[in-house]
Amino acid sequence: MAGKTLYDKLWDAHLVKQREDGSALIYIDRHILHEVTSPQAFEGLRLAGRKPWRLDVNVATPDHNISTDSAERAAGVDAIPDETSRIQVKTLDENCDYFGIREFKMNEMGQGIVHVMGPELGASLPGMTVVCGDSHTATHGAFACLAHGIGTSEVEHVLATQCLVTQKMKNMLIRVDGTLGPGVTAKDVVLAIIGEIGTAGGTGYAIEFAGQVFRDMSIEGRMTVCNMAIEAGARVGMVAVDDKSIDYFKGRRFAPTGEMWDQAVEYWRTLQSDDDAVFDATVELDGSAIVPQVSWGTSPEMVAPVTGSIPRPEDETDPTKRQGIERALKYMGLVGGSPISDIPVDRVFIGSCTNSRIEDLRAAAAVAKGRKVANSVKQVLVVPGSQMVKAQAESEGLDKIFIAAGMDWREPGCSMCLAMNADRLGAGEHCASTSNRNFEGRQGNGGRTHLVSPAMAAAAAIAGHITDVRTLD
Amino acid sequence: MRAFTVHTGLVAPMDRANVDTDMIIPKQFLKSIKRSGFGPNLFDELRYLDEGQPGQDCANRPLNPEFPLNWPRYEGASVLLARENFGCGSSREHAPWALDDYGFRAIIAPSYADIFFNNCFKNGLLPIVFEENIVDDLFKEAEIAEGYELIVDLPRQVVVKPSGEELPFEIDEFRKHCLLEGLDEIGLTLKETDAIRGYESQREKTCPWLFHAIK
Repeated sequence: MAGKTLYDKLWDAHLVKQREDGSALIYIDRHILHEVTSPQAFEGLRLAGRKPWRLDVNVATPDHNISTDSAERAAGVDAIPDETSRIQVKTLDENCDYFGIREFKMNEMGQGIVHVMGPELGASLPGMTVVCGDSHTATHGAFACLAHGIGTSEVEHVLATQCLVTQKMKNMLIRVDGTLGPGVTAKDVVLAIIGEIGTAGGTGYAIEFAGQVFRDMSIEGRMTVCNMAIEAGARVGMVAVDDKSIDYFKGRRFAPTGEMWDQAVEYWRTLQSDDDAVFDATVELDGSAIVPQVSWGTSPEMVAPVTGSIPRPEDETDPTKRQGIERALKYMGLVGGSPISDIPVDRVFIGSCTNSRIEDLRAAAAVAKGRKVANSVKQVLVVPGSQMVKAQAESEGLDKIFIAAGMDWREPGCSMCLAMNADRLGAGEHCASTSNRNFEGRQGNGGRTHLVSPAMAAAAAIAGHITDVRTLD
Repeated sequence: MRAFTVHTGLVAPMDRANVDTDMIIPKQFLKSIKRSGFGPNLFDELRYLDEGQPGQDCANRPLNPEFPLNWPRYEGASVLLARENFGCGSSREHAPWALDDYGFRAIIAPSYADIFFNNCFKNGLLPIVFEENIVDDLFKEAEIAEGYELIVDLPRQVVVKPSGEELPFEIDEFRKHCLLEGLDEIGLTLKETDAIRGYESQREKTCPWLFHAIK
């Protein structure tokens, strides 16, 4: 019999019941909630007179639509200017108080973007099933969690039953060997993967990322990669446990201690695919060949190396794809054939659950240090992913580097990644953004997003246009 | 949940690939704490020429004349014809809520994003998968014949064309059962309480740290 993949092992360990009709009940170890996708679920519980199955597996925090402005944040929840945002954040507070769920409130240490705060608190740990009403939940797969986004009906289902009704996915292995060159980061690796397999390439699969590049990568880098599995169509992206994963969790707030820590570590070390495991699909890339990536269109698969140029629609033979390129270029105000590094930048956003961790901010600060934002750039937002990241960055003096360069240092939240708060692009504005989606209107109605790494975003802020961070003056 | 059995409806085309959930329902409308009322803002950025705000009366907003759903011939459409990877992007269930609130009962496309596909079933909305060439034909026929209607017959798992031709489709047994009966999935799962409790007691023995959690 063939060995098991990491996904198979996690699935088997959480299977409560396999039903004859093909559906299965899977046990959920950790449920993270935020203000946008939970209110209707809590309402459903109340209407049906149900209570959460377990309280101690849930953790909540507001992140999606809170202000990142220091003065507005300091004024508290009651002073949130936008009424609908205020109601949503207050509703989360009220629901968590009513049901007894641990919430890290808006200005509390521990608050942050769900996928930044979960790992840093040790709320998500290797081997857990982790769900959240947010598609970027795959982030937690970076340390071998079976983690994925769910809809609001499923949020209610997990609250009420601690289980999810689901079906087993297929296994995909993405192997990237070789060594990344200087200036090439986890973000570039995942964008290159999405460019290779497309935004539907992983649909129906749980992806395991393996190979030298991921072995060499930090846990934070692995989170950036797994975070964007959904942009490749896969709900789940994972990396096997190694010493780095174990070291990462030692001493974290909700991580086990003493004898239980040793017991956990022993189990965590089994969380890797067997040598003879069989995958339904395998994709291989050469890590040494990856250069910094930039998205030029309105889908994350529309990426090119910074050294390349924007594709010409006439070179595409598939009519649906050609139409897609034409539509994207029209929306983006770009011309096929022109160099990627000619793309102008009006605003820059450094943040989001993809790239707002301390290493991301260090990488951006290393570029910003001693330099100034170009006059043509209207705004550079640097938004730490959590209160803990913010505190750490400030203790290292990174905030001062950003401010000296002419950038805005903000309060933690999702911010301009999805523009649910006041941080957004104006129509027609180009933005070098470390976020995960470049859909039409994603960062503001008519806004034009270019997905890049934190170092590339900082470089674009300095140059006033997309530029190769490796050759920045 | 509303049950789905047999539905006859006017077909409207959404002729582009990779329609994402931001396109289906833009982020500013996600601030609502309700499940209903998203219909007027379905495809907001494509449908209107101005930028929509939550709570706004959409009746007087300028419509985009190039967007098919604004054409009189598609008024009252309840079957959406779409292209590959429909519903990609976020997990927001507001996307199926908006489609449902607008009046759509079924979607036909060559493929869907996983989370969106799953969310549809929780809301009595039936996403049907057909091969690309079949979808192509449907697009052509729906464009040529004004008032083009399809019968979606879930019990028999067929879509019936105006010509009488029947197109069989696949659907997972459990999902079909839930849709046909309009079942409350939570109620169903709670019937498995013993199995869940049994799992928990086993798991606590081997992985006790999972039961010393958030405080």
